[in-house]
Amino acid sequence: MIMDNVMKIELNAQQKKNQAAFRAFVSEEIIPHADRYDQEERIPSELITKLVQRGYLGATLPEEYGGRDMDMITYGLLNEELGRGCSSVRSLVTVQDMVAQTILKWGSRHQKELWLDEMASGDVIAAFALTEPDVGSDAKSVETTATFAGDSYILNGHKQWITFGQIADLFLVFGQCEGKSCAFLIEKDAPGLSMKPIFGMLGARASMLAELHLNDCQIPQENLVGGVGFGLVPVALFALNRGRYSIAWGCVGIAQACLEACLQHTSSRKQFGVYLKEHQLIQQMITDMIVNVKAARLLCYQAGYLQELGDPNSIMEIMIAKYFASTMATQVANDAVQIYGAMGCCSAHAVQRHLRDAKIMEIIEGTTQIHQIKIAEFGYQAYANN
Amino acid sequence: MQENKAKIREFLLRYIHNHDLQDDEDIFASGFVNSLFALQLVLFVESGFAIKIENEDLKIENFRTINALAYLIERKTASLAHA
Repeated sequence: MIMDNVMKIELNAQQKKNQAAFRAFVSEEIIPHADRYDQEERIPSELITKLVQRGYLGATLPEEYGGRDMDMITYGLLNEELGRGCSSVRSLVTVQDMVAQTILKWGSRHQKELWLDEMASGDVIAAFALTEPDVGSDAKSVETTATFAGDSYILNGHKQWITFGQIADLFLVFGQCEGKSCAFLIEKDAPGLSMKPIFGMLGARASMLAELHLNDCQIPQENLVGGVGFGLVPVALFALNRGRYSIAWGCVGIAQACLEACLQHTSSRKQFGVYLKEHQLIQQMITDMIVNVKAARLLCYQAGYLQELGDPNSIMEIMIAKYFASTMATQVANDAVQIYGAMGCCSAHAVQRHLRDAKIMEIIEGTTQIHQIKIAEFGYQAYANN
Repeated sequence: MQENKAKIREFLLRYIHNHDLQDDEDIFASGFVNSLFALQLVLFVESGFAIKIENEDLKIENFRTINALAYLIERKTASLAHA
């Protein structure tokens, strides 16, 4: 008997079909090469071309701009699968979406017409430039300055840890103009902008990080996004909210990869005369992995559902999902390395890469501690309303 | 207009406690709300009244008070009706 009044948490047929396609792509095109990307600290252009061909760089952009117009759940599934393969590749899709959606939401008509088609087609790779050497979590204190001069803005400052800054054609840069926050679109060849690659990171090593130097960087006034005083709120927060959603799903992918690796490994390796999976302390770790991956995925579904509706609660639900999924991924990857033992500490096995990548996810787009503060504030607010 | 104001007030009171918020009172100057709230407010206005807040609407005057929000919603709704 079919009951119409039950709450259903189930993918529709198209979402299942897309999920299978994402999984096949990642298994065939990314996983066999991901450890090499990590070691070489770069993603080859051939892979970016394949991502573009499948529309993943314009995943959520409307079809009128050449995007795939994915719903938030489908976009989440894409991020889970990419995260299962390589967090750096997932980061490329994340950042492209953050900037594209910010332009779509807060950009001028001219900015949308100029950039969105090219971003969907992969002709333009975008990067998000908020963090500075002395400014991380305290984003309202960015020290990059913008001065209005004639019909231009002159920017001076230093941006750090910019994901895919090495290959980006377009940067969404945040600064202050007369003490008010501002966001600007800056092309890579803008006068006064220079880029320096960053190597040797702990995790997400193929994310091609860069630092940016803005020395009297002159840009047209029409490159301002969202108006003077609105750079941080809502523009940057809007972008970060998109990023957190993507990262939360990516963390589910990291943990799923570790779980699958451990299921295989513990079924094939023997110690003390029996397979590892026969040892109850191993079973405990596997159980925690299974339960925590499912819990994180459900939080992501909930966040995606609310995001799709445009519900104001989606912002906090995304923070909750990102907090849980990122801390969970670190724990699961840590246990996976433990189960693998010395082999898990060797570059021949992906679990060590996943552990290093998971740690990065607890830092980017809001640290674990910033999430804890905000989620606790939300809890007290909700308590007061009851 | 009064119905919209009541709906806006109901939303704001989720974040502003123990205070008799007036229709012309500055929501942001009062220190009741944080930066995340501003984004939540945008989503509330969009999802609650079926309008889109865009680049040209980003003026603090549009969001500062219950009166201003109600006027913004009325104006955006009317422009949709004439589109």
